[in-house]
Amino acid sequence: MPIFKKPTIKAESGRKREIPRGLFQKCPGCAEVVPEIELVQNQRVCPRCDYHFAQPAKERLQNLLDPETFVEMDADLKSVDVLRFQGMVTYKDRLKKYRESTGLLDAVISGYGILDGYKVAIAVMDFGFLAATMGSVVGERITRTIEYGTAERCAVIIVAASGGARMYEGMLSLMQMAKTSGALARHAEARLPYISVLTNPTTAGVMASFGSLGDVIIAEPRSMIGFAGPRVIKETTHQDLPQRFQTAEFLEEHGLIDMIVHRKKMREQISRLLSYFVVTP
Amino acid sequence: MDIQPLDFEKPIFDLERRLQDLKTHSDKHDVDLDSAVAAIEAKLRDTRRQVYGNLTAWQRVQIARHTQRPFALDYIERCFTDWSELHGDRRFADDRAMPCGLAMFDGQRCVVITHQKGRNTKENVMRNFGCAHPEGYRKALRVMWLGEKFRMPIISLIDTPGAYPGIGSEERHISEAIAVNLREMIRLRAPIIAAVIGEGGSGGALGIGVADRVLILENAYYSVISPEACSAILWRDRRHAAEAAEALKLTAQDLLKLEVVDEIVPEPEGGAHRDYDTATKNLGSALRRNLAQISKIPIDELLKQRYEKFRRFGSFTGDKAATASARS
Ligand SMILES: [Zn+2]
Repeated sequence: MPIFKKPTIKAESGRKREIPRGLFQKCPGCAEVVPEIELVQNQRVCPRCDYHFAQPAKERLQNLLDPETFVEMDADLKSVDVLRFQGMVTYKDRLKKYRESTGLLDAVISGYGILDGYKVAIAVMDFGFLAATMGSVVGERITRTIEYGTAERCAVIIVAASGGARMYEGMLSLMQMAKTSGALARHAEARLPYISVLTNPTTAGVMASFGSLGDVIIAEPRSMIGFAGPRVIKETTHQDLPQRFQTAEFLEEHGLIDMIVHRKKMREQISRLLSYFVVTP
Repeated sequence: MDIQPLDFEKPIFDLERRLQDLKTHSDKHDVDLDSAVAAIEAKLRDTRRQVYGNLTAWQRVQIARHTQRPFALDYIERCFTDWSELHGDRRFADDRAMPCGLAMFDGQRCVVITHQKGRNTKENVMRNFGCAHPEGYRKALRVMWLGEKFRMPIISLIDTPGAYPGIGSEERHISEAIAVNLREMIRLRAPIIAAVIGEGGSGGALGIGVADRVLILENAYYSVISPEACSAILWRDRRHAAEAAEALKLTAQDLLKLEVVDEIVPEPEGGAHRDYDTATKNLGSALRRNLAQISKIPIDELLKQRYEKFRRFGSFTGDKAATASARS
């Protein structure tokens, strides 16, 4: 049951046309203005400088999996305002706003599909939804993805992006760290592979749980990855931060990340890893 | 030890001082002020009941952070015997913010892992305000594995504002250290009890908090984010910490309702720092009772229950429908 249609956006060629406002983006990498269409066709990588823009989860699944093989699971799971969070903004309002702006129910899409012939259980986080913070639904869908992978004896792939735990759900959001890590313990005991893909940015509670637990940890180039925010670190330590601090490159140098992989090579690289880990019957 | 009053305790301390003055005056001048003393004593009782019976979330956070509150090593000194501290993570350093070691509890061998804060500048420099680096979590795991190997239960005393947000922490992967502890504690083959004795600061607390029983002291708190940081994000300044504390549902009482903790350990009136002996006695008896319960459960069954305990957390709708359609 494929949930995606082929992208309908096509570049018009040969004819000069005016790009409406909002249909182009300024690249944070090279400061050039890039048409949205060009970005989408290039997996949201800047054609000029290779800067990796945030990629919506649906697009990423299309890029990673074999066509029409993705089956979404647990699509109806919806967060509830369990604490009745009262603040400047209510959790209810936040959820409503992001459901409307992204068309998603929460910050992750999960299910299973085929990656270059390998069956995988896969979850992809979407930073566009409330900074992909991890609340009950994100934690539950990721846990179910892992458990599905364990039960079906297939690899688990999680593409992370996250601002951390979702404070609107209080301690229940923190507990998702233990829940997801627990599921990974069982997956590992079953001697099944888990590949963690870290994208810009992956921080805090997600890094301090499943993000850091891959058999192989891959990062996209120049992604910001860390535990605490750089401002907090600066304020706490009164120190200048090292060059490229908390980037994928910094973390590769310091021994956390196995490899930095360009988005357009990601599918091929994951497939190669699976060829080592997945024992075909 | 003179107790430092917190802001909201001022009315109580004022009455206590007046009572003291009156008694001194009565003794010195040999006048009978019994009725006046009795009146103040009655007022003091009422005020105490009023203040301590209606503590707000923010007031409890202040009690949890009181510098005179008993810390982990105070409990170890009073609840345990034969403490042998084990130093270092065998990789990089010994993290003094997380003393770990072996001790006897009730004649039983135990592994004890802790966070430890300091009371003065010198201690705080050594203990880094109870904020551990990756080495602390790695040491804790190494020592917990001794519990698995030599069949000892593990007691974890949690008291940290949070894992340390510093350059070294990031360079040596504090996230990974915490994540590995979460994964390993869920499958560690020894009974584990965790008790939040003061501050339960986010991932830094959870990093030694995966357990068969999670206890919390009456005025301790356990939160996904500090009230100040939550205030800074939601209100754009830190002055709304009291409202944030309320919204986050971080008190022992709220967490029991959410089933994040299993049991509240009562504190003496006004907080554990008012009476170390009572605080110690209460924690000791809660540990004793829970340890007796979980030690009886066969380890495979205990691990199953531990997994389920953490697997259950979460609140959402759409469950059954989604599962059904996914499987069809
Ligand atoms: Zn660019």
